[in-house]
Amino acid sequence: MSIWKYANPTQFMRTTRWLLPWLSALAIMSVGTGLIWGFFFTPDDFRQGSTVKIIYLHVPSALMAINAWLMMLVASLIWLIRRHHVSALLARAAAPVGLVMTLIALITGGIWGEPMWGTYWAWDPRLTSFLILFLFYLGYIALWQAVETQDTAADLTSVLCLVGSVFALLSRYAVNFWNQGLHQGTSVPVATGGRTVADVFFIPLAISMAGFALMFVVLVLLRTRTEIRARRLQALLARERAAS
Amino acid sequence: MIALLRRDLMLAIRAGGGFGLGLAFFLILCVLVPFGVGPAPATLAKIAPGILWVGALLACLLSLDRIFQLDAEDGTLDLLATSPLPLEGIASVKALAHWLTTGLPLTLAAAPLGLLLNLPPQATPWLVAGLALGTPALSVIGTFGAALTVGLKRGGLLISLLVLPLYMPTLLFGAEAARRGAEGLDATTPLLLMAGITAAAIALMPFASAAALRMNLR
Repeated sequence: MSIWKYANPTQFMRTTRWLLPWLSALAIMSVGTGLIWGFFFTPDDFRQGSTVKIIYLHVPSALMAINAWLMMLVASLIWLIRRHHVSALLARAAAPVGLVMTLIALITGGIWGEPMWGTYWAWDPRLTSFLILFLFYLGYIALWQAVETQDTAADLTSVLCLVGSVFALLSRYAVNFWNQGLHQGTSVPVATGGRTVADVFFIPLAISMAGFALMFVVLVLLRTRTEIRARRLQALLARERAAS
Repeated sequence: MIALLRRDLMLAIRAGGGFGLGLAFFLILCVLVPFGVGPAPATLAKIAPGILWVGALLACLLSLDRIFQLDAEDGTLDLLATSPLPLEGIASVKALAHWLTTGLPLTLAAAPLGLLLNLPPQATPWLVAGLALGTPALSVIGTFGAALTVGLKRGGLLISLLVLPLYMPTLLFGAEAARRGAEGLDATTPLLLMAGITAAAIALMPFASAAALRMNLR
């Protein structure tokens, strides 16, 4: 049992065919539970009122926005090193999902920031680096669409993803140079384990985060299956053209 | 390598090479800004460091798609790829030629244009030093963008979308150094950080550019 056997598109299709309905059901359930519980069955915050509830959308989407890029980086590396086509297609499929997650995080952050900070937007390190991440996603997707030869497109976008990761990280720490910023620190530090969120808020948040992660996996698998089918269709058409 | 550098410089300087274009763009931008924000000296002095940096960056961007495009169209790039010189070396020389024809003139032009924008005199050395240290990074990163888009028909538009996010750290530190200089503070720290980025970019980006070129030529 190794991950490399899914480099075979047929094997990938066979496994995801029965995996996808289960994962989808699980994703819908956990996103639904997390959001409904968070929106309707948690108390309002003492100072923030009901605006605190946007955390159930904002934090999970921001989490996935970063992890989507990380997944694309790993998939790009696998494509460059071992040249498995499924890997390149996975990276391609993840980009628009990551883009939308970044957009959700930016928009919900703005909606929350207006009543709380008095502004939709501030050039704060975290906000700025998310905007830069958004631009990186745009460039990545644009390059995929501009190059006509599929394998060349996969190559070039992989290199762009590697170089972009370095510069995205660089920008993230470069903007710290301006000031400490408006955005609060994380409420759920994974490294230290010391949470500053009460359990009533944290449990629906954790469910929502798991749900968004599952939703991301489902969307990426679905999009990759579509891409594989599109490739097969192209191959069929090419074969027919060659035969006639 | 030197022959290639000499050839690129010659092509850029002779008619149709677009040598002065970046400089002219920089000048026009600096003339346009006072029309846009009004001629009040205090306002201009405040935004001058940022405007000069953004202007230099955009002027640099203007000539990027010429780095490989013409050579790719007439087949020179294929010949260069089969020559004994490795593609990494070709990418470095191309970046150096681009810097000599855009980055260096922009750096030299920044000081007089700073006068035009009422840049505080104590900021001028920081601005020029920052541009001198930062524009090489703009050229090598830009060469990478040009290498990515060399085979594309609409490469010129795409290149700005790909390259501008990569320019952000350099721009941030460069403008920060000039701003601190304008306030009479010591700007060594951002300048050093930017020099670090430039050094790393010069060392590493030619490999990425060469990889992208190889993929495009295959």
